[in-house]
Amino acid sequence: MKGMTLIVKKTTQLIGGMIFMYGIYVVAHGHLTPGGGFAGGVIIAGSFILITLAYGDDFLKLVGEKAGTTMVESFATIMVILIATSGFLFGTRIFFNNFLPKGVVGHLVSAGVLPLYNIFVGTEVAASIFIIFLSLIIFKEESSK
Amino acid sequence: MNPLIPLFVVTPLVGAFLIMITGRFIKESDKYLTSFVLLFLVFISFYSLLTTGENLSVYKVGGWEPINKVPIGIYMVMDGFTSIFVCIINLIGFLSAFYSSSYIKRYTAGNYFYALFCLMIAGMNGVVLSGDLFNIFVFLEISVISSYALVAFGVEKNELEASFKYQVLGGLASFLILFGIGFIYWKTKTLNIADIKEVFNAGYDKSYYLFVQILILSGFGLKAAIIPFHAWLPDAHSSAPSPISAMLSGVLIKAVGIYVIIRLFFNMFAVSEGMAILITTLGTLSMVIGVFLAIGQWDIKRLLAYHSISQMGYVVLSVGIGMTLVSRGANQEVASLAIAGGIFHLINHAAFKGLLFLNAGAIEYTIGTRDLKEMGGLAKSMPVTSATSFIASMSISGIPPFNGFFSKLIIIIAAIMAKFYLLAALAVIVSIITLASFLKFQRYAFYSKSDVMKNPQIKEVPFPMVFSMVILSIICVLLSLLAIPDIRDAILTPAVNILTDPIKYSSIIIGQ
Repeated sequence: MKGMTLIVKKTTQLIGGMIFMYGIYVVAHGHLTPGGGFAGGVIIAGSFILITLAYGDDFLKLVGEKAGTTMVESFATIMVILIATSGFLFGTRIFFNNFLPKGVVGHLVSAGVLPLYNIFVGTEVAASIFIIFLSLIIFKEESSK
Repeated sequence: MNPLIPLFVVTPLVGAFLIMITGRFIKESDKYLTSFVLLFLVFISFYSLLTTGENLSVYKVGGWEPINKVPIGIYMVMDGFTSIFVCIINLIGFLSAFYSSSYIKRYTAGNYFYALFCLMIAGMNGVVLSGDLFNIFVFLEISVISSYALVAFGVEKNELEASFKYQVLGGLASFLILFGIGFIYWKTKTLNIADIKEVFNAGYDKSYYLFVQILILSGFGLKAAIIPFHAWLPDAHSSAPSPISAMLSGVLIKAVGIYVIIRLFFNMFAVSEGMAILITTLGTLSMVIGVFLAIGQWDIKRLLAYHSISQMGYVVLSVGIGMTLVSRGANQEVASLAIAGGIFHLINHAAFKGLLFLNAGAIEYTIGTRDLKEMGGLAKSMPVTSATSFIASMSISGIPPFNGFFSKLIIIIAAIMAKFYLLAALAVIVSIITLASFLKFQRYAFYSKSDVMKNPQIKEVPFPMVFSMVILSIICVLLSLLAIPDIRDAILTPAVNILTDPIKYSSIIIGQ
């Protein structure tokens, strides 16, 4: 897949990192502000998609990237299930139990396990949306050959 | 709270995503992992079946206790009816997964196959265990979306077409179901099945109630492929890889279709005579039309798929008769007998239809065709496949001493005792036509002389496939023991009691 012009590349350089940071911000403040794992994950995936579109990539590299992203996605899902199950193992035998201390309302580190869920849900959503995008590109490249 | 309940959903989910990671690094780890996960599930499901009995245990996800007796958390419920279903799902699932370990070699990307398989199991376990209407919808989507992908797994032209058809009609069904759930939530302000029952008991608008019932019935009827909604089934079930066909026909249409219809119409809605007669009519139509569509087929898997519609008709018919009697308030014993017959036939159907699809897969694996006209004389070269498919054919046709005979007998006796003489006669006639079409299958596939027989390369399928088929055929014979009153009381009666008692389900759940 070919990249785009210099103007697009330069703009992407400027704002790509910012979008990524904003996605992380939304994920991290999921338990305090509107948004959370899903919304933040979509924003993070947006930054990856932007960079891939602007700079273009080699076909084989895209396939490799897709395989790696699948790993990340599966790993994030397993982590969500593991956190849920660790609530099951500690103490009350309740799945999805919020077993960590709740902290002070309004602080960044508070609400027990919720921020952890948000982080892994964010990773999972970012990875899966990026996979959908990569699959579409790979399909297009394959059919145009 | 029973801590085993969430394991039915958690274990296959972990399995699915672990397969995606380990399958890439360790060769063939996917099939061992899947079989191991499902074997574990088989053990805990049989443990639940033996320990549940008349009890009803509730699991509140996240530990959210009810406030003022209003449930606020997501409930998972294990009762007699559910425990039968988890046994069917996980046992047929394990045997299909084990069978796949040699069948799937002809496809690439085995780890995707097993991951989707585990996701489908997780979804179905979730549907049958859920005590919450919206949760049923979520798990239903997990299982059917995995099944869309699995139907298209061969990525040939007709497989993609079948999958597309399945997706369009499945999407329509999901839309109807979500619409129905939305309407219920609008009026009752709750999604818990037991709580909805309590709210509706306090009073409701009659036409609104009927509208919701029709939406739910047509939505889940589409998933269950009852006759006016059956168009997707023959294509989807015949195009999928054979172990998946066994799962779809043997388990999926029951777990996400028939189970939910029975559960909601007995335990959530008040049983009404009009709705009961509608359900009985749909069941009768499925039973009769399904078998007439089946008898002309020459593609084995299409023939079996149409028979699924017909046999599901028996189940729906029998449950419908029970529902009619419950709504009239007379003859409770006959009502219990009819519902028990329906559930018994449903268990039997899972066993013999699963086995028949595995047989069809074995034939396709060996000679590479599904057309009955192109095969013949396989009895000598494939003795195990031939013997097991004979058992399954006799079971589905209702020949004693196999399991299908006893369940059909109970259904017919219940229909006669309930004075539905026409339905009893139709059930007998349909059973005879079923026998005819399976004799055709036996004759053309295994006994008639043909050139295929002389090919020396045709031999019995590998061990995992033989193992699954033999175990299922033993189950087919053993299931007839459920007709013995003592065993029936231990397994079927708790399921029937929870359904026929109008307040037991909701009062126990709300009371906890």
